[in-house]
Amino acid sequence: MVGGFGGAGFPNNLIQALARKGAKNITAVSNNCGTRDGELGIMFKNNQIKHVIAAFPGPHANHFLERFAAKEVTLELVPQGILCERMRAAAAGLQGFYTTVGVGTEVAAGKEERVLEERRCILERPIHADYALIKAQTADELGNLTYRLAARNFNPIMAMAAQTTIAEVEEIVPIGAIHPEHVVTPAIFVHRIVQAKGIRYAE
Amino acid sequence: MPSDGIPRIGMPRNGISEKVMPAGGIAKPRLTREQIAQRAALELPDGAYVNLGWGIPNLIAGHLPKGITVYFHSENGILGMGPRAKPGEEDFDLVDAMKVPVTLIPGASFFHQADAHVMTRGGHLDVAVLGGFQVSEKGDLANWRIPGAKGPGGIGGAMDIAAGAKTLIVCMEHSTKDGAPKIVKRCTYPLTALECVDTIVTDLAVIDVKPEGLLLREVAPCWSAEEVQALTGAPLIVRRQIPEMSFA
Repeated sequence: MVGGFGGAGFPNNLIQALARKGAKNITAVSNNCGTRDGELGIMFKNNQIKHVIAAFPGPHANHFLERFAAKEVTLELVPQGILCERMRAAAAGLQGFYTTVGVGTEVAAGKEERVLEERRCILERPIHADYALIKAQTADELGNLTYRLAARNFNPIMAMAAQTTIAEVEEIVPIGAIHPEHVVTPAIFVHRIVQAKGIRYAE
Repeated sequence: MPSDGIPRIGMPRNGISEKVMPAGGIAKPRLTREQIAQRAALELPDGAYVNLGWGIPNLIAGHLPKGITVYFHSENGILGMGPRAKPGEEDFDLVDAMKVPVTLIPGASFFHQADAHVMTRGGHLDVAVLGGFQVSEKGDLANWRIPGAKGPGGIGGAMDIAAGAKTLIVCMEHSTKDGAPKIVKRCTYPLTALECVDTIVTDLAVIDVKPEGLLLREVAPCWSAEEVQALTGAPLIVRRQIPEMSFA
C-alpha cells in the first residue's frame, strides 16, 4: 500500500528507496499509478509491480499505461471510497461488507449480489497488505503521527491496514511533544519511522 | 463583461458560443461550458455541502450567486474549500481532487479519504455535480470511460458519489462532438451507477429525471422544446410552455 493523492502525501523517499532496492513482483495498492517517473511511476518503469489495485490510474501514469498495454501488469479498478473501506475492513478485522456502489457496473462482475434494506448490494472483500508506505508530517519517537493539510488522504487508512507500516515524516519529535488530542494515527499502527525531506513531483 | 472576464447569460447574445446544429444544419447558439456551470450554480442551496466533479462541474465554484455560501467537499479530505490559490500563494499540500491548489473558507476541516467517502456514499452531501458521457431516461449515469479509448480509464470517486449524494446533478453538453445524443434510452458506455441522476443541465436544457421519465424544465435561449427533443435520444415530457433558462 502506498499513500498519496493529487501530488500530496506521497512517501516519495520510501518509493525511491524501494526502486533502488529492486524488489519485484509487487502487488501495489494505491489511488493512482504514478506521475511520469514520480510517485509510483518509477516502480512501473522498473517493472517491479505485477498487479495494482487502484481507483484512478491517472493521465500522467505513462509508465503504468505502457506496462498495462504490454500486459506486463494487471489492474483491479476499484471505486475510491470502496478502496478505502476494503482497506479499513482489513484494518478492523472484518471479512467484508455489502454496498450499493458499483451495482450494475463492471465493478460488480463476479461479486455476490443480494438485496439488503430493499437495495441491490454487492459483497466487497478486505484488502490486506504486508507493508504500507505512508507519508506524515510529524512523528514522535513512539510513532504517533500528524499530517499536514490535505496530504493526509489515504495515509491513516493504509497505516491501519498493513502488517508493517513504514512512515516517512518531515520531523521526529520526542515522546509527549504531540498533544494526545492531536494524534491522528496512534503509534500502535506504525512500525518504522524514517525522517526525510519530502519530495514533490510537478505535473 | 464581469471583472473575471467570463461572459454571463443575460448579456448580449455575442457572449454565447455559436455552434452548428448537427441535425438540421441550422446554426443555433448553445451555452458555453461556463454558462452551463453558471446555470447549474443556481441549483445549489445556501449553506449546502457540495462536491464538484471534473470538467464543467468544477467551473461552478466561480459562478455562485452573491450572498450564497456553499461548503465545497473534496474527496481527498477537505470540507470548506475556497477559491483557487493565487499564483505565488499555492500550498501543494492543499489541493483539490484535480490537483489544483486551493484555499479554505472559515469553518473548513480536514479528514482522511475514508471519511471523505463516508460523506459521499453515506448520503451526507446535499448536492453532487458530476460530468457525464451519457445519462439514460431512468437516470443511469456513464461518466468514467469512453469505449474504445486508450487505457483502462479511471473510476476515482465517481461511483461512491453517484451512489450516495442526496441530489445528483449532471452537467454536460447535450450532444457528442459527432452530434450523437448524450441523453439516451439506455447507456451504452460503461456505467457509473444506476438510477442516480436527479437533474441534467446541458448547453440546451435543464431536465429533471422523474419516475415517469425526463421532465423538460427549461430550454436554452432561442431553443424550443421540439428542437431540444430532436437532439435527445429519449422522450422528454413537456407539461407546459417551457421557459427559457433563467440565470439569476
